[in-house]
Amino acid sequence: MNKWEDNKAWFMVIPVFLVVAVSAILPLMTVVNYSLQDIFGPDQRVFVGLEWYKDALTDSRLHDALKRQLMFSSLVLLIEIPLGILIALMMPKKGWGASLSLVLVALPLLIPWNVIGTIWIIFMRPDIGLLGAAVNGLGIPFDHTASPFAAWVTVMLMEVWHWTPLVVLLAYAGLQAIPEAYFQAARIDGASAWSTFRYIQLPKMRGVLTIAVLLRFMDSFLIYAEPFVLTGGGPGNSTTFLSIYLVKLAVGQFDLGPAAAFSIIYFLIVLLFCWLFYQVLLKVGTGDKP
Amino acid sequence: MALVIENVTKLVEKDCHINDISLQLEPGTFNVLLGRTLSGKTTLMRLMAGLDKPTKGRILMNGQDLTGVSVRERDVAMVYQQFINYPSMTVYKNIASPLRLAKVAKAEIDRKVRDVAEMLRIEKLLDRMPAELSGGQQQRTAIARALVKDAELLLLDEPLVNLDYKLREELRAEMHEIFKRRNSIVVYATTEPPEALALGGNTAVLYEGRLEQFGPTVDVYQHPQSTRIAQAFSDPAMNFVAGSVDATNLRLGDAMPSALEQHLNGLKPGKYQFGMRANHLQLQSRTATDIEFQANIDLAEISGSETFVHVTHNGAAWTVQQQGIHQYQIDEQIKVYVNQARLYVFDLDGHLVASPDNASRQLT
Repeated sequence: MNKWEDNKAWFMVIPVFLVVAVSAILPLMTVVNYSLQDIFGPDQRVFVGLEWYKDALTDSRLHDALKRQLMFSSLVLLIEIPLGILIALMMPKKGWGASLSLVLVALPLLIPWNVIGTIWIIFMRPDIGLLGAAVNGLGIPFDHTASPFAAWVTVMLMEVWHWTPLVVLLAYAGLQAIPEAYFQAARIDGASAWSTFRYIQLPKMRGVLTIAVLLRFMDSFLIYAEPFVLTGGGPGNSTTFLSIYLVKLAVGQFDLGPAAAFSIIYFLIVLLFCWLFYQVLLKVGTGDKP
Repeated sequence: MALVIENVTKLVEKDCHINDISLQLEPGTFNVLLGRTLSGKTTLMRLMAGLDKPTKGRILMNGQDLTGVSVRERDVAMVYQQFINYPSMTVYKNIASPLRLAKVAKAEIDRKVRDVAEMLRIEKLLDRMPAELSGGQQQRTAIARALVKDAELLLLDEPLVNLDYKLREELRAEMHEIFKRRNSIVVYATTEPPEALALGGNTAVLYEGRLEQFGPTVDVYQHPQSTRIAQAFSDPAMNFVAGSVDATNLRLGDAMPSALEQHLNGLKPGKYQFGMRANHLQLQSRTATDIEFQANIDLAEISGSETFVHVTHNGAAWTVQQQGIHQYQIDEQIKVYVNQARLYVFDLDGHLVASPDNASRQLT
């Protein structure tokens, strides 16, 4: 009787297993399979062992893309997290102003990613773009299709504009969850605005900020659509991030084996960084040494 | 040298939260604000602290008008329902924080923090973070932080309400000791009559933003000036029965008339409301003069070692508090007894006319 009851649980779990297997594990295993073979056609493949992994690890273009990617993600975190907190702090806490500012802030999140790329292409055009023409009008030459620096500035601006709202929403939710009594207590203690932020608001936002950092890191590390539409990875390779390079390799050159090996490495890097962030963020402010 | 509240009214968007309250609290006293949720306890405390400005009236401290003065300029400490501590500071730093903001010397801070931590029995927890403490320890830390300031005015807003029963009893018992030696004005808000009685001192009963009665706690309990105060300061709520008095007899509800005794002797003939505390209603007659009622059992709940029997007499709902655990059938007919000596008498407007005069007997 007991035995049967125990086994019954499997009927509940198996459907989920099947869905996860078909949607995640099987494709992943296919990628592992590809990464170990040289593929010429549907029935022409040769086992090459770890060849593609060696290639990938020694590919200087991949190294450059990884450096760019790390630079990009670091800038994203350094700008978006503080900016998001700052905006959340300035937003009204209640009344119609709160609803209005929430809607305004959330707008960029509602736009499809490729549309965002298109919007910024037009916005930054040196001849007719609102910002691009304005900057050029001031006598500063600015063209994201020609100068790597301008391309980076444009991609960063777009990224910050697109995704800071997510940080704002998370930080705002965290701030709203702090009981009013904390602020009263701080006022009674005679704490300054900075102390209130440093010792009440920031520690109380730790949970949501951990999520914000993880999400922003993962998303920015995997970014594809917006820079692909905006710069296509150029000029030159100056904005070729990892996923753009990966797609060039897999789709552009149809090098399925190397692309598969690259994918696996890419996946492991993201996993490693997320684990590191998570470990550090869990301990910050709790008194434990990170 | 006292906190004086003078005709203070607080309106929030035309809602009257505090209605014309005047009150004088002396240094070195323990004052309980007793009232139900939304009776204005917290609002009154916020006004005392200076977190809010009264709409009308003045607040004076030692003769000085503080009405418009911000909380930062005042000498106030406060403890809340929620356990409010700085989450990223150790217990030690938490307790020290008001002193550090006041720029007290390091050695002095250290001495004071250790003193107050010892008094609240958290001296072994000084290196911990608040998140690593139990609820009771977190609240002890918050109380320590409030005490260390040695403020003129110490406000405690239902500080024990979020603690479990055992911890609450424990900390409440220590409260006496903690506040005994202080020269501050301590104000303690609670919804629970037993808590007010256990804490002693003075009690101010609030009802819908008005101050109903203020005086020594036991006094207020024994002589509630109105049915409202009796209701607020009675747990379970006081039971009422309509009745009348003529030259020699007392008639309560459907009960047989009985001769007037003791504190009821001087009553003028007429109609009254009689109040009976739940613990004074009995299900067995103890003396021949007990008044007997017929009642119908609605529900019996067992709480700890007591049974609360909810009954209806003549359409009035009563609660009988009975020692020990007993079981009853719902809708069973039952006899309820009360002794004349226990009766509170209110006129038809709800004002106290007579109350039981023997305090020690009444509390048994």
